[in-house]
Amino acid sequence: MLGALTVLLLFQLAGEVLMQLLGWPVPGPVMGMALLFVFLLLRGEAPASLRQSAQGLLQHLSLLFVPAGAGVMLHFARLGEEWLAIVLALLVSTALALLVTALVFRALATDDEN
Amino acid sequence: MTRELASIWVYLATSPLLWLTVTLLAYQAALWLYRRARQSALANPVAVAVALIIALLLATGTAYETYFAGAQFVHFLLGPATVALAVPLYAQWPRLKRNARAVLAALFCGSLTAIVSAVAIARLLGASEATQWSLAPKSVTTPIAMGIAEKIGGLPSLTAVLVVTTGILGAMIAPALFRRIGVRSEAGRGLALGLAAHGIGTARAFQSSETTGAFAALAMGLNGLLTALVLPLLAGRLPG
Repeated sequence: MLGALTVLLLFQLAGEVLMQLLGWPVPGPVMGMALLFVFLLLRGEAPASLRQSAQGLLQHLSLLFVPAGAGVMLHFARLGEEWLAIVLALLVSTALALLVTALVFRALATDDEN
Repeated sequence: MTRELASIWVYLATSPLLWLTVTLLAYQAALWLYRRARQSALANPVAVAVALIIALLLATGTAYETYFAGAQFVHFLLGPATVALAVPLYAQWPRLKRNARAVLAALFCGSLTAIVSAVAIARLLGASEATQWSLAPKSVTTPIAMGIAEKIGGLPSLTAVLVVTTGILGAMIAPALFRRIGVRSEAGRGLALGLAAHGIGTARAFQSSETTGAFAALAMGLNGLLTALVLPLLAGRLPG
């Protein structure tokens, strides 16, 4: 557990440093994910402790969005004025993105159940 | 007695411990409710937890900044959790590779749809320019979206809220939408959830199955990269 957490933090750190050096607009954690993925590909397997820790962390992924979500209270005034535009934009655009992604994939996928 | 309680409150209200504990308690209560509601999409745990916390903050007159000083320890874990997505991604690699063409095409079309439709609808309905640009990266995971918003003239803290709301909405409407259009494949559902609803959609996808979650993680990561590269270019070209 401790070892796995250290590995995750190390890759995040490597991602942050690399992005600072390259000056790309990609956040460190996303680069860290890409680096860890490449590392696992090269290594040929994911260690059991890393698999367990990743699963434990991802099981409660939605908890991690709660602090940022509570920030909605800072924007009550703007939301009060523009709530209709915002709600419709979010709802319709999210539905469209779900539809387009799922349908394009279904049309082109080769080995899928559909 | 009352004065003692008040002084204990004054002490606790500014310590990170209290608001960290409140965050975990609110989330557990929200999870309990979600199970009691037989996992109804309307009882989305993030939405319920956020509502409980805001109610408490307003009732006690606590500033969001004070709350976040404690809750930031939970927020921080978004980083290592994002890195951890590499693990399920690796487990699904053979399957991803077989469908590489379909995956990339779906990501590209979905990503553009998410950006353009959000800005277009907000513009048609007369939203302010800052709101439009804050909406543009709404389907991308929080840290990326905030960085992009800053670059294109949106408000990063508003974007964070819109991103979380998008995630909640996506997780809520996806199951019914997939049923309606008959998308049954785990891969297709996962891709759509991760692309349109980032980490919250991915969390929802992991509840369905490991495969669905892995495809969601992939879509979330790639959409983050793609949007970070494309949106600043697109924003420069759209008529203001």
